[in-house]
Amino acid sequence: MSITRPLLDTPFIRRSNHLRTFITASWLGWQIESNWADPFLFAVYSIVRPVTSVLILVVMYSVITNGALQEPIFAYIYLGNALYILVGQVITGVSWSVIDDREHYRTLRQLYTTPMDGYSYLMGRGVARLIIGLISVLITIGFGMVAFQLPISIGTIDWLMLVISTVLGVLSLAAIGMVVGSLTLMLARHFWSLGDAISGALYLFTGAIFPLDVLPAWLRPIGFAFPVTYWLELARRAILGPNAAKFPTLSGFSDLELTGILAAITLALLVFSWFFYRWALHRAKENGIFDMETSY
Amino acid sequence: MDTNLAIQTKDLGRVYRLRGPKRKGDAKQLVALDGVNLEVRRGELFGLLGPNGAGKTTIIKILATLLLPTSGSALVEDLDVTRDVQEIRRRISMVSGGETSGYGLLTVEENLWMFARFYGLDNVTARKRIDSLLEVVGIADRKRTKISDLSTGLRQKMNFVRGFISDPNVVFLDEPTLGLDVTAARDVRGFVKQWMHDHPDRTVLLTTHYMAEADELCDRLAIIDRGKLLACDSPHSLKHRLQQDAIFNLKVGPLGPRPSRDAMIEAVPGVRQATVVEQNGHTELNLILAQEDVLSDVLAHLTRRGSSLISLEKREPTLEDVFIDLVGRRLDVDTSHHAEGEHAAG
Ligand SMILES: Nc1ncnc2c1ncn2[C@@H]1O[C@H](COP(=O)(O)OP(=O)(O)OP(=O)(O)O)[C@@H](O)[C@H]1O
Ligand SMILES: [Mg+2]
Repeated sequence: MSITRPLLDTPFIRRSNHLRTFITASWLGWQIESNWADPFLFAVYSIVRPVTSVLILVVMYSVITNGALQEPIFAYIYLGNALYILVGQVITGVSWSVIDDREHYRTLRQLYTTPMDGYSYLMGRGVARLIIGLISVLITIGFGMVAFQLPISIGTIDWLMLVISTVLGVLSLAAIGMVVGSLTLMLARHFWSLGDAISGALYLFTGAIFPLDVLPAWLRPIGFAFPVTYWLELARRAILGPNAAKFPTLSGFSDLELTGILAAITLALLVFSWFFYRWALHRAKENGIFDMETSY
Repeated sequence: MDTNLAIQTKDLGRVYRLRGPKRKGDAKQLVALDGVNLEVRRGELFGLLGPNGAGKTTIIKILATLLLPTSGSALVEDLDVTRDVQEIRRRISMVSGGETSGYGLLTVEENLWMFARFYGLDNVTARKRIDSLLEVVGIADRKRTKISDLSTGLRQKMNFVRGFISDPNVVFLDEPTLGLDVTAARDVRGFVKQWMHDHPDRTVLLTTHYMAEADELCDRLAIIDRGKLLACDSPHSLKHRLQQDAIFNLKVGPLGPRPSRDAMIEAVPGVRQATVVEQNGHTELNLILAQEDVLSDVLAHLTRRGSSLISLEKREPTLEDVFIDLVGRRLDVDTSHHAEGEHAAG
C-alpha cells in the first residue's frame, strides 16, 4: 500500500477509472505474486526455473553441435529463449487472474459489482508477472554472458531500440493475454492455463529457437502474424548488433520497418482485444457463466 | 417510471440453458424466473423469501448487473441493468452470505481498502469508513489479520463490511446470515436495521431462507417459488390473510404408509393445507383449516387411519404458514421430502 496510496490519491489518477483500476490491480497482483512465505521459493520460481530451462536447451544444443557455443546461432537461440520467458509470463499473467478470481479466490462477482474497469483490471493483474519475468530475463542473459561468454557488450547495446521494441512486444503480449482472458471468461469449465498453452504452441513459430526459414513455407505466416517474431528480432538486433544480421528471416527489413510492423500489429491487437473483451463479458453475462465456479 | 422506486422489474424472465451431454438440438432449458414484477420503494428494507432454487439469487444477480435477463426489464434507481451498468455499479453493492471468499494473503484492512479504491474513494475516506465499519461489526481488532487466518464467520463479516464501504444507495444482501452462528447473525441483522435507520433514503434488498429473519427485518417482502412471484406485502398483512383461518400443530401417533390421494388429510373438506413430517415414533402435522370446527373431522380421519392424538396446539399465523398456504409446502423442506402436502401439491 505504501507507494500505491499516494499514487492513487493524485487527482489525475483518481479521476480516471482506468488508471485507478490498473494501479490497484497491479498492487493486488504484486501482493499475490510476491507473497511467498519463503523468499527461497520466490527465487526458485523466478530465477532457478527459467535459468534451468535455458540450460536444458544449452545442453541439447551443445550435444547436437558438438559444443559450438561460439557460433552466432548460439547467441541467437540463447537470447531468443531468454526473452521468450516474457511471452508466457505476460500472457498468463493477464489471463490467469480470471480463473484465479473466479475459482480460487472467488472474488469475481465482488469485483464486477464495483465500478472498476475489467479491462484495466486484468492488465493490471499482469504487471507483477511482467516484473518477475523481466527479472528472470535479465538474470538469464547475465548468466549466459558469464557462463557462455555470449557476445554481448553492454556499451554497444542499442538501448532505445531495445526499450521501444520491448514495450511494444509486452503490450502486444498483454493484448493477447486479454484475448485469452476474455475466452476464459466465456468458458465455464477450465482447469488449465490457456495462456501457457498458447505461449508453448507459438514457441516454434516466432524465431525464438530457430529462424523461421527453417519452417516449411506454409507454416511461416503464423510466425509473421505473431508480434513476438518482430520483437525478438528487434531485441536481438539491439543487443547483438551486426551479429544479428547473420539470420536471414527478417534481414530484408530495416529496424524502422520492423518497428513499424510491430507497432501496427500491437495497435491492432489492442483494439481487437478491447472489443473482444466487451463481447466476451456480454456473452458470459448472457449465458449465466460469468461468476460460475468450476465446482458448481 | 417512478422516481420513488429503487428497484422495478417488469415481466422479468431468466432462462438458463443447461449444458448436458453434447447433443445439438436438445439443449435443456431451466426457467429460473418467470414474469417477475417487483417494485421496491426507496428507503425500504425489502425481503425475497423462497425455497432453494426459487430464483432469489438470480433476481439479485440480474439487479447487480452480473447476469442478463432473457426477457422483461429491470431498473435500479431508474437505470436499466442491461444498458447503464457502470452507473448502477457506482450506486449499489452486493454481499452473498456464506461468502468466505477473498484474497487470503491480504489483511482485512488491505482487502477493504482495495475495494474502496475500486469504488473510487480517496484514501482518507476509505480509512475512516473501514475503521468505523469494522468497529460496528466488532472485528476492529482483526484489521491487520490476514484473511486466510480468519474464521469463516469473521470472513463473512468482513465481506459484509465490504458491502457498505462505498456508502451505496442500494444494497443487495443474498442470504447475509447464512452459516453464521446465532450471535453473529444477530449482529448482522442489527447492523442492517441500524444502517437503514441512519440512512432512511437507502434501500436494501435481502433474500433469506429464514422466516424469522424476514419477519423481523423487512418492511415488505415477496414470496417467490419456482421463478414466480406469489405474493408481495408487509409481513403483517401477509399474516393477516390467514387470520380467519385456524392453524393447528398436531402431534399424533405414527400415520403409517402414505395413503392414496383421496385418503390423505388434504382430502378432508375444510383442510386448506397440511404438511406432515414423520418424526421417530410420531408424526407432526401442521394444518391450515378453513374454520376451527374442521378439526373434529381431521381427528376422525386420523382415528380411521389408526393414529391417535398426542398433543394439539392452536397458534397465530406465522410467515411460515403464509408460505405453506401459498406454495403448498414448507420452506425448509426440500422437494424430495416425504411430506404429504408436498406430494399433494406436486
Ligand atoms: N448458472 C446457472 N446455470 C444453470 N442453472 C442455474 C444457474 N444458476 C442458477 N441456476 C438454476 O436456476 C434456479 C434458480 O436458482 P437461484 O440460485 O436463483 O435460486 P435461489 O432462490 O437463490 O436458491 P437458494 O436458496 O438455493 O440460493 C435453480 O434451479 C438453479 O439450479
Ligand atoms: Mg441463492
